[in-house]
Amino acid sequence: MTSSVANSDHHHDDTPTGFRRWFFSTNHKDIGILYLWFGMFMGIFGFLLSMGIRLELMHPGLQYFLNPQTYNVFVTGHGVVMIFFFVMPVLIGGFGNWLVPIMVGAPDMAFPRMNNISFWLLPMAGILLFVSLFVPGDAGITDFYGIPIGGHGGGWTLYPPLSSTGSPGPAMDFIILSLHISGASSILGAINFITTIFNMRAPGMTLHKMPLFAWSMLVTAFLLLLSLPVLAGGITMLLTDRNFGTAFFEPAYGGDPVLYQHLFWFFGHPEVYILILPGFGIISHIISTFSRKPVFGYLGMVYAMVSIGFVGFIVWAHHMYTVGLDVNTRLYFVLATMVIAVPTGVKIFSWIATMWGGSLEFKLPMWWALGFIFLFTLGGVTGVVLSNAGIDTALHDTYYVVAHFHYVLSLGAVFTIFAAWYYWQGKIFGVGYNETLGKLHFIVTFIGVNLIFFPQHFLGMAGMPRRYVDYADIHAGWNYVSSIGSMITAVGVIIFLIVIIEAFIRKRKVPNNPWGEGATTLEWTLPSPPPFHQFEDLPVIGENGEYLGLQTELKKKT
Amino acid sequence: MKRFALLLGLVTTLFSWSAHAIATPGEDWQINFFDAASPVMEKIHDFHGTILMPIITVITLFVLALLIYVSIRFRKGKNPTPSKTTHHVGLEIAWTIIPVIILVLIAIPSIRLVIMQDETPKSDITIKAIGYQWYWGYEYPEEGVKEYSSYMRCPPEAGTYKQECLDELKKEGLPHKLAVDYPLVVPVNKTVRVLITAMDVIHAFAMPSFGVKRDAVPGRMNQSWFKATKTGTFYGQCSELCGTNHAFMPITVEVVPQNIYDQWLEFSKSGDLDGGNSFIEDYKDQTKYIKTPIEFSINYSVNGIEYEVEAGKEPVIVNNIKANIKLGDAQ
Repeated sequence: MTSSVANSDHHHDDTPTGFRRWFFSTNHKDIGILYLWFGMFMGIFGFLLSMGIRLELMHPGLQYFLNPQTYNVFVTGHGVVMIFFFVMPVLIGGFGNWLVPIMVGAPDMAFPRMNNISFWLLPMAGILLFVSLFVPGDAGITDFYGIPIGGHGGGWTLYPPLSSTGSPGPAMDFIILSLHISGASSILGAINFITTIFNMRAPGMTLHKMPLFAWSMLVTAFLLLLSLPVLAGGITMLLTDRNFGTAFFEPAYGGDPVLYQHLFWFFGHPEVYILILPGFGIISHIISTFSRKPVFGYLGMVYAMVSIGFVGFIVWAHHMYTVGLDVNTRLYFVLATMVIAVPTGVKIFSWIATMWGGSLEFKLPMWWALGFIFLFTLGGVTGVVLSNAGIDTALHDTYYVVAHFHYVLSLGAVFTIFAAWYYWQGKIFGVGYNETLGKLHFIVTFIGVNLIFFPQHFLGMAGMPRRYVDYADIHAGWNYVSSIGSMITAVGVIIFLIVIIEAFIRKRKVPNNPWGEGATTLEWTLPSPPPFHQFEDLPVIGENGEYLGLQTELKKKT
Repeated sequence: MKRFALLLGLVTTLFSWSAHAIATPGEDWQINFFDAASPVMEKIHDFHGTILMPIITVITLFVLALLIYVSIRFRKGKNPTPSKTTHHVGLEIAWTIIPVIILVLIAIPSIRLVIMQDETPKSDITIKAIGYQWYWGYEYPEEGVKEYSSYMRCPPEAGTYKQECLDELKKEGLPHKLAVDYPLVVPVNKTVRVLITAMDVIHAFAMPSFGVKRDAVPGRMNQSWFKATKTGTFYGQCSELCGTNHAFMPITVEVVPQNIYDQWLEFSKSGDLDGGNSFIEDYKDQTKYIKTPIEFSINYSVNGIEYEVEAGKEPVIVNNIKANIKLGDAQ
């Protein structure tokens, strides 16, 4: 006992504060918190961009974006910010960093200094992206209510030739460098996660006893590690096409713009699983906790994620059905894409089976988790519709696609972010939230986002193309409903901010384990918030994955 | 006076079902695909309506019902002690195999549809559609119609639409943001091969009523086909983000009877696009009030064109004074 006290004393001396703590941090929990706040801040920025889009589309005609180019820049910015600077940092950098070492019973990440640079590259990437908005891009500088807006308006996919010869200004180069740097940040993070999970698990924790969130992060890290270099290669070729006279994608000199699309989607499709897989892990924990039952079919859940990750690499061209692919190629991608529905179905049904026979408590995180399961199912089945190349001919690049991927991302991944936030807020920050306000946040958001995105299925069926600043009069009705939905969602975002502020003002104390016997992972054995360094004395895991105690204490007993 | 009004009403009722019928800007609050006007689109309708939509609706409602059931049946108050079951091999096999079977059921018609879309039957005419920032160029290489440009009517100028232009469009009964100055014109019930490419950035040629959508990629020549089964005006829009005015390069296709198409071709081959255009306009004007099949035969003339409508058939031009060409039995 004395040795452990001495041990912790030593580390108290070593606890940095202020600037040194937050800027030079090598502590996975502090870095995780930095990621969380950075991601949430960028999420609000991305949300404001989407409000601009919805305000413009509320009525037919040009309302606010008198130059449609500015609108395209907003659309592009919304996509890039939400994917690379909101969902990824919050789920992977934030919750991943904070929770994975604790869940596998490790004192920290394997490479703490690399963890620091993984984070600090990200704001730099964000600054480059931000700068790109204000330098000339596709069409010089436009005055947008006194703000000089340049930027690239080719969508987050950055297809050439619109992003090469179609965008002469430097904005596109800023975006390419921004993606390079955020990609480097993610690759370093992925290496860190893989090393930590493979080498630093607590005694007794075999891979098949590891919590599902750690598994989801392991699969995600592999997807990042294998797909991001391909994106980096693709956008480097784009960069040299733009600046150094190469012609990879330049048809006038024998290049092919479709090559870029293959490279992009070889990254882009795993990327969408990167966005949702951590959420799968989170939902498993929450469902299990509030059912007071272990997850049903644990191994099935693990290998469903592994197979989703694997198949995710061989379906990329279903984003390119209309590009002029050979018919046999299209048929292959139809069948491969449909296969993904099987492991995804396994996950949905396993979550329901986890609840079956359980003793359900409907606390706030459970609300978000249940909402997620239903809405993700809805987004999933429209994915099955879109996987059919024949139907995709009618729906490709329409609002049906927008509705589909917002159901799985905005109502899927983002719901898991809120679920995780409420589930672990007490643990991470040591402050409890107001349950009633939180439930109000859920109800308002649930109504708002469904009102935004459900009518977009109708718009897509009725042929409204994506990324349109103005539309035919027949699309006015559902667009109006959709915009009303976005305003309701804005109220939801404000309520969320109030919940956070209220929680930090009231500073409710949170016990080690506020959720009861259903919460079995290691973070619930620690105080809320945990000490600056945890598990210098390693936890020991038993036969059935249960927590036995700390190593030295157990040794003393025997 | 009253009697005259009654007579007028009767006449307009008789003639008020329109023949150049299916102008398809769609309808307000539309929630489904456009009505099919080609065999491919009919198949898309069938596949989506009879297979996909029922299946996904049932699956979604099934999951919702399960969620509601477990939430009520296994809530803490009702079921205070949780069961310890964490495995059930039979169940796990079932929810793997059953989705596989459902997917196979979907895959078979899906494969058929893809192959049908891909295999262009022997085509009657070939059209080349070329995407530009931000308009379409159309060419009839085999018929000798040189490339002409097709721009949207009433595009925004410095962020606003000119009111006079909108008024004029309204008077002509055309939908804004869909109507163009020089449309594509094709004959009904003929197989049309469309060659699609672009000159600057990627665009996409889309025609929802025909089930056609193909990217226009610079340096590549894509091919698609359609066979319009109804006469009418059909609209589509560029479907690949192509820059500032992406939303303002729609596609209009006029599907007309063969003899009208032949006539239009005469104008267009000689480079008289406006002549061809107003010829099509006249044709539309006169058929606006007649729906086929009509129950009786009549002869009449509008704007100097004499028409003959036989019972149960489409109107046929018998004499076009404007074009000074006798067409009576040209078909």
